[in-house]
Amino acid sequence: MRALDLDYMLGLVPVILGYVPLTLFMAVVAMACALVLASLLAVERVIRVPGLDWLVVLFISFFRGTPLLVQLFLFYYGLPQVLSFLTQINGVTAAIMGLTLHFSAYMAEAIRAAITGVDRSQWEAAQSIGMTQSQMMRRIVLPQAARIAAPTLVNYFIDMIKGTSLAFTLGVTEMMGATQKEASGSFLYFEAFLVVAILYWIIVETLNQGQKRLETYLNQAYAR
Amino acid sequence: MIEIRNLTKRFGGTPVLDRIDLDIADGERVVVIGPSGTGKSTLLRCLNFLDHPEEGRITVGGVSVDAAHASRRDIVALRRATSFVFQNYALFANKTAKENIMEALVTVQKRPRDAAERRALEILGETGLADKADSYPAALSGGQQQRVGIGRAMAIGAALMLFDEPTSALDPEWVGEVLDLMRRVAEQRQTMLIVTHEMHFAREIADRILFMEGGRIVEQGPPEKLLSAPEDERLQKFLRRVR
Repeated sequence: MRALDLDYMLGLVPVILGYVPLTLFMAVVAMACALVLASLLAVERVIRVPGLDWLVVLFISFFRGTPLLVQLFLFYYGLPQVLSFLTQINGVTAAIMGLTLHFSAYMAEAIRAAITGVDRSQWEAAQSIGMTQSQMMRRIVLPQAARIAAPTLVNYFIDMIKGTSLAFTLGVTEMMGATQKEASGSFLYFEAFLVVAILYWIIVETLNQGQKRLETYLNQAYAR
Repeated sequence: MIEIRNLTKRFGGTPVLDRIDLDIADGERVVVIGPSGTGKSTLLRCLNFLDHPEEGRITVGGVSVDAAHASRRDIVALRRATSFVFQNYALFANKTAKENIMEALVTVQKRPRDAAERRALEILGETGLADKADSYPAALSGGQQQRVGIGRAMAIGAALMLFDEPTSALDPEWVGEVLDLMRRVAEQRQTMLIVTHEMHFAREIADRILFMEGGRIVEQGPPEKLLSAPEDERLQKFLRRVR
């Protein structure tokens, strides 16, 4: 067994840190898109729009039922062969699209469950003052569902950050891609991947702290 | 003038409301009494379309809805002509007392925020909760929550206010303050339809009392007559039990 090359590791930290913004960019954009899409899917699942419901069920089933890596390859390498306008698609865009669709399917289920968890009396009160369905959803139901769903959604965001590492298989140089390049130059694979693992870990732990604050914030209306 | 014709609601085939006919004059305060499970709450909920009646016509404040052919637009219009006070208060849990009252004004009636806020504070003053404007429902007592619930319904300025057992879920210590507020609403000649088990309150506040049983209005009349000289045997039996 050889000793760890600590100097190499320390030198690698700033290099990989340079790619943290791209990783976070992909995760944040995909998360924002996925939240919107998942909310729409979830609302549809609750109110069941005739003619649309089966499509939503199919969408959720497919994107939960197949691996993220397969979906990414399908988007980046597969689809452009069939849809010519996609040949210009770059790895970052494809990764964001793939993460959005994949995670929106999971998040839709979490949000749907949260919507169902909002007390029935809240819906009735909103209806009783003459709100339309969309006003009721936007003003009363979804804000309360957000509180119920928040811990689960933060978990999906964490998964998503880690999921961005798959973008390197589409040729994107993000944290993982950069590490891979560095390691194949130095042959110090253990050191390189240990550094990137620790950096992911730190990012995720920081988020966990944020989650606690978010929950306190969302719960403030409900505290006695 | 409120007109209800032939209103029928079934749950799984059994009629809970059986061809109800009812007229309520403007400013009239009508109290509904009767044993539980006789359709009192369902009557109120159908007038607000929280339950959908199968048949009948409801006319409130210039809005007339044929239950059998009610479109979504009809239903929203009818709900805007009525307001509802719930047994369990049902305040919006994500909004403060003030915001609960503002919500209908801003979102539904599209009034400017500052005007809505002034009106909400005015109403909170009337309900004696001016100091609770920024409290969330979870921080309020049952009685306070129900007073905000009544305030929310008052703000709408509806042609008809519906009260579904507004004091039944309250601890006894809070009942008085809620009834006091309802008295003050009644003094403003607001048209009210109230389901309650508070017989003294009914006698004092009602212009007319309806006795319901088996989904029908069995007997009705001014409180003195209905409570002192009931004709129907079922009403006599009911009154013996609640006294």
